Amino acid sequence: MNISERLDATFAALADPTRRAILARLASGDLSVNELAEPFDMSQPAISKHLKVLERAGLVSRTVDGQRRPCHMEPKPLEEANRWLEKYRHYWEPSFQRLDSLLEGLQSKAVHANVQAKGKKR
Amino acid sequence: MKKPDPLQVNAHGDREIVITRHFNAPRELVFDAWTTPDLVVQWFGPPDWKVTTCEMDARAGGGYRFVMEHDSGARMGITGRFREVERPYRMVSTEIFDEDWTGGETLITNELEERNGRTIMTMTILYGSTEARDMVMTSPMAQGMELGFGRLDDVLETTAL
Repeated sequence: MNISERLDATFAALADPTRRAILARLASGDLSVNELAEPFDMSQPAISKHLKVLERAGLVSRTVDGQRRPCHMEPKPLEEANRWLEKYRHYWEPSFQRLDSLLEGLQSKAVHANVQAKGKKR
Repeated sequence: MKKPDPLQVNAHGDREIVITRHFNAPRELVFDAWTTPDLVVQWFGPPDWKVTTCEMDARAGGGYRFVMEHDSGARMGITGRFREVERPYRMVSTEIFDEDWTGGETLITNELEERNGRTIMTMTILYGSTEARDMVMTSPMAQGMELGFGRLDDVLETTAL
């Protein structure tokens, strides 16, 4: 997969709330499918289906540990997606900080003009 | 004054980027900062780029033209057409850079919501293709011509991805 396809797979996998919840749980340690299914109001096959999507995106791997085959979170695609989003932040945030100052200046000017206008009326 | 919330960026679907930002000002003011040339030149533009020309006819069917210049002397221009302009809450436009580094036109929807005198801006950028969306920020334009400024580390990191 090239970067565009990888990002696509990552974002598609993250678009679902159950899959995000699965990843959040795996972030604190490996779990079997049964253990993962427990807190969700979902059948084991339904959880397995979500896990397949996560595996295809490279976000989860399954090791062979006897019958258990625990699920393990792979941080690399998330880091890659975050680095990519970071570029957008880097592109826009300095502009928005200038806009913050401009808006602040405009508002204090408006308050000033208002005070002056009120003063003239008196 | 409360520190503004940080910028949020999210990928949506195959071709969209959604940027959310809070501003400590009523939305009329934020809207005007986007649509008044004298104000736009004071803030708009990627890092190290300055807006040197800004023409704007902010109404449906109207358009805009920005020219930006980099310290190195490089220039880039953006031409846009407004589809919708609803002061103070919504602007929709199509735009394209002269150098077309976004892989065709983008559709930009900018929505302003006001809560307790603060504005929540949600800007959705729809690209022509998934590849365009995913690759646009790796272009030298987006990175403020870092190539010319020796920030090789970033470039190498991008290439290594």
